[in-house]
Amino acid sequence: MQTEIIIAGFGGQGVLFAGQVLAYAAMDNDLHVTWIPSYGPEMRGGTANCTVIIGDEPIGAPIVKHPKAVIALNLPSLDKYEPLVAENGILLVNSSLIERKVERPDVHVVYVSANEIAERLGDKRLTNMVMVGAWLGASGVLDMKAVQTSLKAHLPAKHHKLLPANYLALEEGAQIARETLAQAA
Amino acid sequence: MAKELLKGNVAMAEAAVRAGCEAYFGYPITPQTELLEHMAARMPELGRAFVQAESEVAAINMVYGAACTGKRVMTTSSSPGVSLMMEGISYIAGTEVPMVLIDVMRGGPGLGNIAPAQGDYTQMVHGGGHGDYKTIVLAPASVQEAIDLTALAFDLADKYRAIVVVLADGSLGQMMEPAELPEMQPLKKQLPDWAITGEPGRDRRLLTSIYLQPEDEETTNIRLQRRWMEIEANEVRYQEYFLDDAEIVLVGFGTAGRVALSAIRHARAEGIKVGLFRPVSLSPFPAEALRLVARKAKAMLVVEMNAGQMLNDVRLVTQGACPVDFYGRMGGVVPLPDEILSEIMRLARFTPHDLNGHTRAAWLDRLEVVRGAK
Amino acid sequence: MVATDIQNAKLVYERPESLADVATHYCPGCTHGTAHRLVAEVLDEMGIREHSIGVASVGCSVFSYNYFDMDFVQAAHGRAPAMATGVKRVFPDRTVFTYQGDGDLASIGMAEIMHAAARGENITVIFINNAIYGMTGGQMAPTTLPGMKTTSSPRGRDVETQGYPIRMSEILATLDGVSYVVRRSLHNPAEIRKSKKAIRYAFETQQRGLGFSMVELLSSCPTNWGMTPLDSLTFIEDKMVPAFPLGDYKVIDAVKSMKWKEG
Repeated sequence: MQTEIIIAGFGGQGVLFAGQVLAYAAMDNDLHVTWIPSYGPEMRGGTANCTVIIGDEPIGAPIVKHPKAVIALNLPSLDKYEPLVAENGILLVNSSLIERKVERPDVHVVYVSANEIAERLGDKRLTNMVMVGAWLGASGVLDMKAVQTSLKAHLPAKHHKLLPANYLALEEGAQIARETLAQAA
Repeated sequence: MAKELLKGNVAMAEAAVRAGCEAYFGYPITPQTELLEHMAARMPELGRAFVQAESEVAAINMVYGAACTGKRVMTTSSSPGVSLMMEGISYIAGTEVPMVLIDVMRGGPGLGNIAPAQGDYTQMVHGGGHGDYKTIVLAPASVQEAIDLTALAFDLADKYRAIVVVLADGSLGQMMEPAELPEMQPLKKQLPDWAITGEPGRDRRLLTSIYLQPEDEETTNIRLQRRWMEIEANEVRYQEYFLDDAEIVLVGFGTAGRVALSAIRHARAEGIKVGLFRPVSLSPFPAEALRLVARKAKAMLVVEMNAGQMLNDVRLVTQGACPVDFYGRMGGVVPLPDEILSEIMRLARFTPHDLNGHTRAAWLDRLEVVRGAK
Repeated sequence: MVATDIQNAKLVYERPESLADVATHYCPGCTHGTAHRLVAEVLDEMGIREHSIGVASVGCSVFSYNYFDMDFVQAAHGRAPAMATGVKRVFPDRTVFTYQGDGDLASIGMAEIMHAAARGENITVIFINNAIYGMTGGQMAPTTLPGMKTTSSPRGRDVETQGYPIRMSEILATLDGVSYVVRRSLHNPAEIRKSKKAIRYAFETQQRGLGFSMVELLSSCPTNWGMTPLDSLTFIEDKMVPAFPLGDYKVIDAVKSMKWKEG
């Protein structure tokens, strides 16, 4: 088993951290995992992305052309990765910032108004966790409880007061993904 | 110790700290900067030496001075910075003092870019500085291996009074993987009997790379060559994957080796008998082991993130035992498993009989097709 | 009686312990030997010979390690301050000094000297300025005077195309990291005595952990200047001193107030 996810968005949307949360959860569940960011001048341009590959044997190539899932937090990310998601892959779209619809018919699409949900939960910085939750709900690769446990284990203690809101963000995202895919099926 | 999720650059830095590195000198350059930053935080808190030098030229010469004290010392850089260090590297080799260098390679030539590449193979394995010297070059392919080889690098440097290079690339420096760091090692208590220490009550000591009489310089060179033969006999390292029944053998180091492994798994799923030989010590090169593999293989495919720098060595040591073909990406492009899979498929369909002289031209033609298809 | 005379004689002059008992390769009339002796006398008087580590440079002083009787390393051209930094950071309680010429320090090694000084590295630099590349046979140096003939400025240094000499002490004095930088000369006994005192100040600065110290010494190169030793000394006085004025360029208060027992 190997699955890949690319998380992409503006700098400041918590793209890299979202990927690290998944990497921690995979590690804590004795899976092999590689997290790799895009790095370099493009970071200064305001877009960021990272690739997380999770598997049950040592990870080979650290980057993939056709990931099984993409979280697009903004329009440039959707434009870039919509053509690249694997057939039957999952495309998770932050509909708060992306108005257009996905054109490809051969991928599973979940629209999540992540910014609104995050703000309703009291902190717009939770946007990334809503989207991570959506991937958890859509892919089923990692267990929700396991991710929450990892988040607690690796988040510095001074941020622990933010955990309940993070848990809610993950759960809301997962719920939306499950409902969307159930309707589509 | 439990596994942690560690960034390659940070992992190598902390591995050096725990291996007892007592002095670090470096200059910022992407994609290795986190390494310098980690040392900037860690070394002073442990009461060890850290200097951000004014240039890579200065950094390597600070290392030179510190290495003369017999303590464990390190510098790190990326390709263009390592080119600048070549002067000092040759001096350090000529003075026979131990040091560790981590090179997190990036795209070139010239200023190039900061993407992952393997274009420093020749520069590190076959010299770069002037004169006859060799460095031990170790190429990790994962964060865990980067940690292990960094620790090993200090041991080998001490054992052979050698320069040991950990040759990583930008992706390895930037990626995070679960890995285990070793325990903190105690600092070296006993300094070697050649070390410059300013210790009273003994004869003066001198460390230099100047031997004005050619015969004396030749004596030094003979000693270096003999020591290198000892290293060749004892310090060869490599990894084999799926080679038991492999008809096609891929040869790749570091990140290229990892990418090859992904392609091999896909190919195996299609029933193709293909395996991977991954040199870990690029210098000394695993010549004998690779020769044996070549004798059983129908074809070899060398995969690199350069224009075939290791290819030359593979051809040299396999001596025509089987056809050797090549696939590489250059300038900071990391090959994708799909590209290598199609190379494997090609070799599975047509085993090339004589590629001599045409390997690169044919590869460039195929590469242009791959690029056009994008 | 000769024997009796020797018994009653008072020893007033001997080879410093810090100097090895060998003949140097320096040309007759060259002041490198004088500079070596002054450094050696100071290290002897301070009793720090065995705790000292020297860093030899590239140039005529490339073999200075043969003449100083203490641990030594040999640096690449211009890199002595960087190498000294490496040694000093590992052994902060040792006395570490470089001995560099003008080509080494002010041309190829400009970056290394500037930054070692800017960092306030607690090392001592002995800078021999003889306005020429001696070892390679008399080429133009960064300190060569305007109009001065060298093998690479055969019609005399033309400032239009070859630029102007660099005054290192003045430049270094502008840096906050510098505690002691002075220029002295070796062209007559009075100046030699002043030079020795400056060298003592420089090493005392280091011993007290006060930071970067440098003594620039105007020196002669009779061979490459094409002069007799005596004319060389006159040349220093008449031509070099006006271009490179002697003086204290930076002496911080903590250095000024240093006291020690004369040995």
